[in-house]
Parts: sequence; C-alpha cells; structure tokens
Amino acid sequence: MSIPRYAPVAILGVLLAAGLVAPLATGETAPGFWVEVLIGGLMTGVLYSLVALGFVLIFKASGVFNFAQGAMVLFAALAVARLAERMPVWAAVLATVAIMVMLAFIVERIVLRPLVNQEGVVLLMATLGITFFLNGFGQAVWGSDIYEINLGIPREPMMVLGKVFEGGVLVNRDDIAAALAAVLLVGALAVFFRRTATGRALRAVADDHQAAQSIGIPLNRIWVIVWSVAGIVAIVGGVIWGGKLGVQFSISQVALKALPVVILGGFESVPGAIVGGLIIGVGEKMAEVFLAPPLIKAFDLAGGGIENWFAYVLALLFLLVRPEGLFGERRIDRV
Amino acid sequence: MFFRENGQFKSTYRADMQLLPIVQDRWFMLGVIALAFLAVPFVATDYLFLSIINPFLILTLAAIGLNLLVGYCGQISIGHAAFMAWGAYAAYNLVQRVPMLNFLVVLVLAGLIAALVGMFFGIPSLRIKGLYLAVATLAAQFFTDWIFARVKWFTNYAHSGSVSTAPVTLFDWTLDTPRDKYLFLLGVLIVFTLIAKNLTRGHLGRAWMATRDMDVAAEVIGIRPVYAKLTAFGVSSFYCGVAGALWGFLQLGSWEPLAFDLNLSFSLLFMIIIGGMGSILGSYLGAAFIVVLPIALNQIPRKIGVPLSTAMAANVEFMIFGSLIVLFLVLEPHGLARLWAIGKEKLRLWPFPH
Repeated sequence: MSIPRYAPVAILGVLLAAGLVAPLATGETAPGFWVEVLIGGLMTGVLYSLVALGFVLIFKASGVFNFAQGAMVLFAALAVARLAERMPVWAAVLATVAIMVMLAFIVERIVLRPLVNQEGVVLLMATLGITFFLNGFGQAVWGSDIYEINLGIPREPMMVLGKVFEGGVLVNRDDIAAALAAVLLVGALAVFFRRTATGRALRAVADDHQAAQSIGIPLNRIWVIVWSVAGIVAIVGGVIWGGKLGVQFSISQVALKALPVVILGGFESVPGAIVGGLIIGVGEKMAEVFLAPPLIKAFDLAGGGIENWFAYVLALLFLLVRPEGLFGERRIDRV
Repeated sequence: MFFRENGQFKSTYRADMQLLPIVQDRWFMLGVIALAFLAVPFVATDYLFLSIINPFLILTLAAIGLNLLVGYCGQISIGHAAFMAWGAYAAYNLVQRVPMLNFLVVLVLAGLIAALVGMFFGIPSLRIKGLYLAVATLAAQFFTDWIFARVKWFTNYAHSGSVSTAPVTLFDWTLDTPRDKYLFLLGVLIVFTLIAKNLTRGHLGRAWMATRDMDVAAEVIGIRPVYAKLTAFGVSSFYCGVAGALWGFLQLGSWEPLAFDLNLSFSLLFMIIIGGMGSILGSYLGAAFIVVLPIALNQIPRKIGVPLSTAMAANVEFMIFGSLIVLFLVLEPHGLARLWAIGKEKLRLWPFPH
C-alpha cells in the first residue's frame, strides 16, 4: 500500500485545525473571545500577507529573494508619515509612490543589472545590503523617532455580532479598513497581471526569462516595473501598519515574519502569500493566547512570547512535509 | 612579490601537499605568528585589546565556522549567532554546575553541544535548499533567542535573565587582564584555524565543496548528502559554539540573550561576504573589517571636526555597511581574500609583467 502524496500535508492540516478548535472544545474559553482572537489573527495575517506579496512579486519576476521588502515597508511608512506633516495624506502617499519608483530605478541600475545571471544566494545577500542601506538611509533622512500616520479612521473599536455571542465581539475599525485595502490591492494586482500588456509581459518573464527576452520583452524595464509595484505594495503595507502601531524601526523587524509566510505559501504564488499570511497570523495569535499559558505553567517559563518563533517553526514543519510550500512549483533537479 | 620561488622543487608527495609550499610563505607566516605572540602583547594598549583585537579574534573564529558552512558547503545560514548562544550558555551551565571541569574541556563540550543543536537545525537542509533553507535557519535564531530568554533553567534562575561569569582560570593561569585573554584567544584561534584549513583540504572538505557546487552531481558521484550537509552543520556550529563561549566568558563577562541576536548573525554573514566566501583567510580579513569599521566610523568624523550624533552615526554605519556589501558583490564577489590573491599574483610578476 502506498501513501498518497498529499497525506503528510493532510495530516498537518488536520493537526492545525484540531489545534484551532481545541480551545473551544475544552469549554473553558468563551466563544466570543475565541472569535476575537481569530479575527485578531486574521488581521495580523493580512498585514503579513501584504509584505509577503511584495516578496512574491519580485521573486516571480526576477528570481530575486528580496530580503529588503521589510526595509521598503519601513522606508515607505516613514516617508508617508513625515511627508504627511507638511501636506495632506493623499499627497504624501502620491509623493511616496514617486519616491518608491525612483528607488526601483536606482536598485535596478546599481544592484540588479551588474548582478544579472548571478546565483540566487548572491542576489539575496545583495538585497541584505539594500536592507541595511535603506534602514540607515530612511532613518537618516526621515528621522528615527516614532511617527504617527493618521488616516482619519476612528480609533474606538466596534461591537459586532452582539446577538450571537454573549458580550459581542470587539473589532477595530482600522483592521476592517486594512482588510478592505488588502482585498482591493490584490484585486487590482490580479487585473494588472491579467488584463494589461505590461502584466502579461511580467508573467512571461516570471515564466521563463530567456524565452521572454527572445520575444523582445525588455528585462531591465520589467524589473523596474516589478520593483515599483513591490514598492507600492510596501506603501500600502507600511501605511496600514504604521497607522496601527505607529511608524518605527520595529516595523522592519516584524516584516521578517513575511518570510515564513512565503515559505509556507510557496515563493512563486500570490494566493500562497495570502493564504500563508492568514495561516501564520491566526496560528501565532492562537498559539500565543491559548498555547502559551499551559506551556508557561508546565515548564515554569519567564513569560510567553512564543509568537516570536511559532511562525518559523510552523513553516519549518511545513517544509519538511512539503518542501515547495503550499502553492509553490515542484522543482526537479537535473545534473 | 619581491622574492622568487624558482628553484624550490618538490620531490616528495609530502612536500607537494604541505600547507604553505613556498619557503618564503612559511617564513612569513612564522613571522606573523611570532609577531602576534611576542610583539603585540607589549605594544598594544588595554583599550586596543578590549575593543578591537580580542573581538576580532573571537569573531574570526565564528566567521571561520560560518564560512565552513556557507562558503565551503553552500548551505546558507542567517541564524548562526544562535549557535554561538548555545555555546555560550552551554559553557555557562557547565561552569556553574560542574565547577571542577577545566575551561578547555568546557570549551570543547560547549562546542559539541552547539554542534548537536546545529545538526538538529540542519536536518531541514536535507529536504530544502538555497533560499528556503536560509529562512529555515531563522527558525533556529528566533527559537534560541526565546528559549534563553524564557526558560529559567538555562540562566540558572538568574533574576534579570542575564548571566555573569567569574574570570576564567586555566590550571594556575587566571585570565583577568586583556593581555592574558588575548594570548589565550590567539592560541585557540591558531589551533582552530589549522584544523579548519586541514578539514577543507581533506576528504570532508572536498565532499562539502562538491555538495556546494552541485548537490545532485555530488550525490551521483557517491557523496552522501546527509553526511556532507550534517557534518558541515555540525563542524560549523562547533566552531560557532566555541566562539560563543569565548565571546561570553572572555569578551562580555556577563550577557543576556540579546547579545546573540539576529544582528550578530548578519554581522557574521557580512564578514564572510566581505572577506571572501570559501576562504579561511577571508574570514580573518572580513572579521577585521567588520570589527574596525564601526570604530573608524565613530572616530573619523570626530577627528576631522564633524561630530555625528550617536543616532546619525548608527544610521551612517548602516548605510556604509549596506553600500559596501552591494559594492563587494558587484565588484569582487569573492571578497577581500580574492583581492589579496590578485595583489599577490600581480606582485609576483612585478616589475616585469611579461
């Protein structure tokens, strides 16, 4: 008897689902609270997805594992926050779009073009260099305090589903706005990729660099475009995140969480980035709220904080059963 | 160079395979070592030892470890400070719980514990490779950060979560001045450099390099990937574990988990990129560069009369780091070690290049 290929994934999925409903099943957790944690996790997941989306776009089109996406989010958020002090928010966002496009030009010209045809690892390290540069440059230019982005969304949480659960469920308005923005962005990207000539060119490049080049698609321009798009995704992520937590250096650290998201979802898959982000977001919130207290009790820990590593370990487990990620492409190695 | 190696013929296999086949190179190396042991201790000040030379020696050791994994075996890791942490905490616990152990034994045991942990976190490398593995090593980093911050047993129930150590005593020699520490570190580093150099020249190193160059092809010619990859993770973590123990005991004295965070991992990675991947000499050059750069950045503006604020200095440091990495990758992907080799080759023919 042979084990079907999807069996390990299915087992892991069942385990995760069991972990998800376990707090409810023990009966110690109020369903309303559980739903709140779930929604909180989904919202965090949306933010991770937004950063992961930038990774995936660049990886698809240029094969570059863009470690600098987190730094780009921070840079964009800082730019919007500081520019918004002098002009209306919409103007600041537009100006930041211009800045990010400029950045894409510079990165393509100075970093990518000389490194064309290098190995993936070399490019990864180059983006590490970009990360450091952007972090330093961003804070040197825009300042390194905590800044606020005010989008004009009321802060006080909303009460919903008061009739279904006892005590209702608290939802933040800016979380809803974030989710809406993410949906809009993904929709816009889907239209861009499917309906426009540039989008088709991007997909062709993602499919096969050489074939795309041979039918006359200019690779350099495609890279500028894709880094610009990733920059714009970074702006959306940065604005939402900055609006929620305040713009500060830790954003670029939290953005590292997008890495387990992309390995969970697969490097080449836009839906993978979204689904992966949601799984990681929910998983780590649930783990922090429901798994950490028993762990602390059992092992006499000095506090929880398991959400710092839970995402990575989850992604690692996942890689062991499915190395190409949820929606990634299967690789076949040849000598 | 200003010497010629004509007339030095190798008539035995032994002579052909020795570490430094040219007589002048051997004398040069002996001279450098003699200088390091006999002259530096009397010339350098305590400040120089504490802020530049000792960190340089320890980080070189760690960089050699990382270079064995990334440069020789091609398995990229961006979480290697984690294994330094395991070494440091293992050494701390051994000293606390088994006080009669000699510090040298403690060092080796700490290295072995770090090696075990490294091999455990290296297991995913059998299934995944390249960029996926890079992310997987981050799991080691964050999990380690967490475990030493939260599990009280590892810090011996210290109140603030930070641990502190007494000066190290070796037989009757107490390492309490920077100079003593320097001499000890130098000895350790030379021994470990020799081991690393010979490992990479031997059977194991060739297996690693074959795996790096093309793992499927290596498998086809009979190199077991499990063996090659896990030994690389093990040896590399051993080096980092020893370096971590030295860093904790001889450099920091007292430390908390943050001392071994992601930034240190990145620093190690930058050392081997700038120094040269797949080169022991490169680990030295890269470590020296990364240790000296922040201090230089701190001193130079003050010297030329444009003092930078601390925050600005940190930002400028970030920017220069970032630019240098990109610059190195673009101009000389093989790092300082390659520049050194090119320079040597040029000098060999100079002044008559034809």
